[in-house]
Amino acid sequence: MSIDQIIPALPEIFVACMIMALLMLGVFQKGALADQDVKSFRLISGLSVGVLGLTILLVVMLADRQLMAFNNMFVVDGFATYAKVLVLIASGCAIVLSAGYMERNGVARFEYAVLVVFATLGMMMMISANDLISLYMGLEMQSLSLYVIASFQRDDQRSTEAGLKYFVLGALASGMLLYGASMVYGFSGTTNFSVLADLLKGGAPSVGLVVGIVFVVAGLAFKVSAVPFHMWTPDVYEGAPTPVTAFFAVAPKIAALALFTRVMMEPFGEAADSWRQVIIFISVASMILGAVAAVAQKNIKRLMAYSSIGHVGYALIGLCVANETGVRGILVYLAIYLVMNVGAFACILCMKRGDRMVEQISDLAGMSKTHPTIAFAFLVFMFSMAGVPPLAGFFAKLYIFWAAVDAGLMAVAIIGVLTSVIGAFYYLRIVRVMYFEDAEDPLDAGVSRELKILIGVTAFIICFFFIQPNLILEPAAAAAKALLAG
Amino acid sequence: MDWPILSLVTFLPLVGVALIAFIPADNPENSRRVALWVSGGTFIVSLLIWFNFDRTTAAMQFVEEAAWMPMAGIAYRVGIDGISMLFVLLTTLLTPLCILASWESIKVRVKEYMIAFLILETFMVGMFVALDLFLFYIFFEAVLIPMFIIIGVWGGPRRIYASFKMFLYTLLGSVLMLLAMLAMYFDAGTTDITKLLVHDFPTALEPWLWLAFFASFAIKMPMWPVHTWLPDAHVEAPTAGSVILAGVLLKFGGYGFLRFSLPMFPEASVMFTPLIYTLSIIAVIYTSLVALAQEDMKKLIAYSSVAHMGFVTIGAFTMTVQGVEGAIYQMLSHGVVSAALFLIVGVVYDREHSREITHYGGLVERMPVYGITFMLFMLASVGLPGTGGFVGEFLVLMGAFQANSWVAALAATGVILGAVYMLYLYRRIIFGKLTKEHLGKILDMDKREIAVFAPLVVVTLWMGIYPSSFLDVMHVSVENLLKHVETALAAAGHSNLAGR
Repeated sequence: MSIDQIIPALPEIFVACMIMALLMLGVFQKGALADQDVKSFRLISGLSVGVLGLTILLVVMLADRQLMAFNNMFVVDGFATYAKVLVLIASGCAIVLSAGYMERNGVARFEYAVLVVFATLGMMMMISANDLISLYMGLEMQSLSLYVIASFQRDDQRSTEAGLKYFVLGALASGMLLYGASMVYGFSGTTNFSVLADLLKGGAPSVGLVVGIVFVVAGLAFKVSAVPFHMWTPDVYEGAPTPVTAFFAVAPKIAALALFTRVMMEPFGEAADSWRQVIIFISVASMILGAVAAVAQKNIKRLMAYSSIGHVGYALIGLCVANETGVRGILVYLAIYLVMNVGAFACILCMKRGDRMVEQISDLAGMSKTHPTIAFAFLVFMFSMAGVPPLAGFFAKLYIFWAAVDAGLMAVAIIGVLTSVIGAFYYLRIVRVMYFEDAEDPLDAGVSRELKILIGVTAFIICFFFIQPNLILEPAAAAAKALLAG
Repeated sequence: MDWPILSLVTFLPLVGVALIAFIPADNPENSRRVALWVSGGTFIVSLLIWFNFDRTTAAMQFVEEAAWMPMAGIAYRVGIDGISMLFVLLTTLLTPLCILASWESIKVRVKEYMIAFLILETFMVGMFVALDLFLFYIFFEAVLIPMFIIIGVWGGPRRIYASFKMFLYTLLGSVLMLLAMLAMYFDAGTTDITKLLVHDFPTALEPWLWLAFFASFAIKMPMWPVHTWLPDAHVEAPTAGSVILAGVLLKFGGYGFLRFSLPMFPEASVMFTPLIYTLSIIAVIYTSLVALAQEDMKKLIAYSSVAHMGFVTIGAFTMTVQGVEGAIYQMLSHGVVSAALFLIVGVVYDREHSREITHYGGLVERMPVYGITFMLFMLASVGLPGTGGFVGEFLVLMGAFQANSWVAALAATGVILGAVYMLYLYRRIIFGKLTKEHLGKILDMDKREIAVFAPLVVVTLWMGIYPSSFLDVMHVSVENLLKHVETALAAAGHSNLAGR
């Protein structure tokens, strides 16, 4: 194997090497004293963010052409570059978000940052997978890291419960995915995406192949937490430590949706008519459940879980459309979803009372008086998630509905806009609690500098996205084009 | 004029927002002053539009265009014609008055209040000047954010219910409009309103598009039976919030009908005219009767607004020059008069903290200036000749008689009912002996309050005595609109209607 062949995978190889280095550094740093734990946690976290930043540079440097590696099992194209940049940003933000929390809760162990980077490596492999085998490898690498991260606060009952639940259900989904992949292989004789795409150009897929596709869809739907495979989401989101929830809500979602898009569009794109109805059902059910079930939530992390289910439903509309406009819609949605969620979770992490995290929505009461700036930012994120213009969330929905109306999927679009009105109700409820109600027991005043910066930057992007929407639109369009050309 | 005056008027209030953001929250006086100066400055700049407006052309004026989302064909396009111009002035006139009116009544979170009002002004002006479908939609819906906050934070006891109801009702209508806009884009290939105005939409598609727009505008208007959010919102909103709600936000619907529904979907408009007439007549008669039974002053005026808006929809869908001009005139005069009436309620509410009609009585003994001002606006609301209210109602009825004499006859009963409930309200509050003890020390309007009402008095009388100065502005545009509707209908085979 010549060196040229591994160049496409250079960012992944770089990350893998760095993980080893960080692990060793962390082990040797570790001393007997407790405060040294915190020190090494800070060091490794900082370095991990640096590694992720460098990886973004590497990914962008490789962006200009389509490349294959490892016997066409691994692909780098515009689509992969776009999704990888989003995932890397999301993981970096998640590490930054966790800094204060982990130290306060006595779980400041350096392995956390390393595990996040590990999961990120898995996500990058998922995004670049061009074969069912490499897809599965990336997915499992990601999932295994995530199971551990979910139960990272190992003395906490809820955290371990979340990890176990996630693991059991995740293993089931992986099994389904594998089963589907084996059926696809059995009925087509290949696992490679490019070969599969050529095969399906020949004519209608056989029934067995369609059954295989449906199992693959079920496995992937679990990973993006779309209805009816969403049951784990609220429990895991609630049980996991809050910064971990912030991480779960963004990076793995983006990676899994990107993977979902690639699998459906590239190998199975020709068979779109066979699977479209399945995706339409998943999308519509997710939108409805995400909107309706969130109305009654009292815990803000559970609410965010249902909100993310709803958002996945909207993004999947782009997949129902199954063309370039649809993929563009998904990619725009993912970018804006990333910014909104990082900001919203940063606000949630500000909810402390007596140095302990609180999670009830009612705890936000009077926040507009005690923390005017953060409350305003939270208001911006909530209105944005509800899709009210001129905030960025509106544009995310606009481009999704744009694709749906263009493709004539009027019914899906109408359900989508109606559920967004129901969704507005619970986002408004958070604004109501912050602005219209008075605090009986105000939240702690101190907010760490990292959180302030993250909230400031994300709120700024959401507020002023409308001035230069092309900054996201054009790369997304180029990435969508690259996926469909390849 | 070669400088971007419309963008200036739209975004000037945001400069005030930036300034106020740096004022410490414990210095409310400065926030008030900055807000007043900035909104006053915006009004003065907007007067330049009035003086430079060319009244002889129906084309869009002061047009600006800048690339925005070229991939989707969406651009930043603004411009005004005779239909939208006066609404811009109405908005810029009412905003400083609102800020002046809340000078003393808003005591908590003054800074945020002023910021919300200035942002609201930007969105409202932007809505009227937008010439791109999506730009219009963004402003149209963005208005909900500051309005939700204004009602929810500074409102009355049931403010949460009222603000949610307002937000969700309006959002529900407008999301359907968004889908219709997308469908329009895919049919016409452009989002430029000037191009869409002359685009001929397929006959099969038109009714659906019309209904989607109708859902949005009918709720915003509001038309019976989707008007129920309005009384709640009005009662709970702070005085200035009610003023803006009645003065400007209710005009979004009527403006939308004239800008989109009529010229873009003329066939569907003809098809649905009976629906509009029926709902409007019910609104005029039923809500007038409901108003008569109210014990809360703000609620009474809120219901009267629904009735007045019924006239607007009747006038707009008569598709006659008088009817359409009357509809616009009615919206403008209602914008001034109902705004003034809410301020009138605000004056006594600030003193007594009660909106119950029975709380008052015989106020004329202690408050003569107040009595006179109230009388003027009460009569304007009734439609007395010499006030702005008369011209609008008269023109609408004239147009309605040409279109359908039954509609005109039924609408005319609304005028009588309007007189009944307004005079009854006035009698119970102002006339009689001042027997209630708690009113014994009530003070007449001070200079600040007189300064708020003075411009509104002038405008109301001006609109009543010399309507031409306003009708001239809109005349060419309205004629052009109707000519376009006529040709479109003739082309589609509606020859019997085109003759009107």
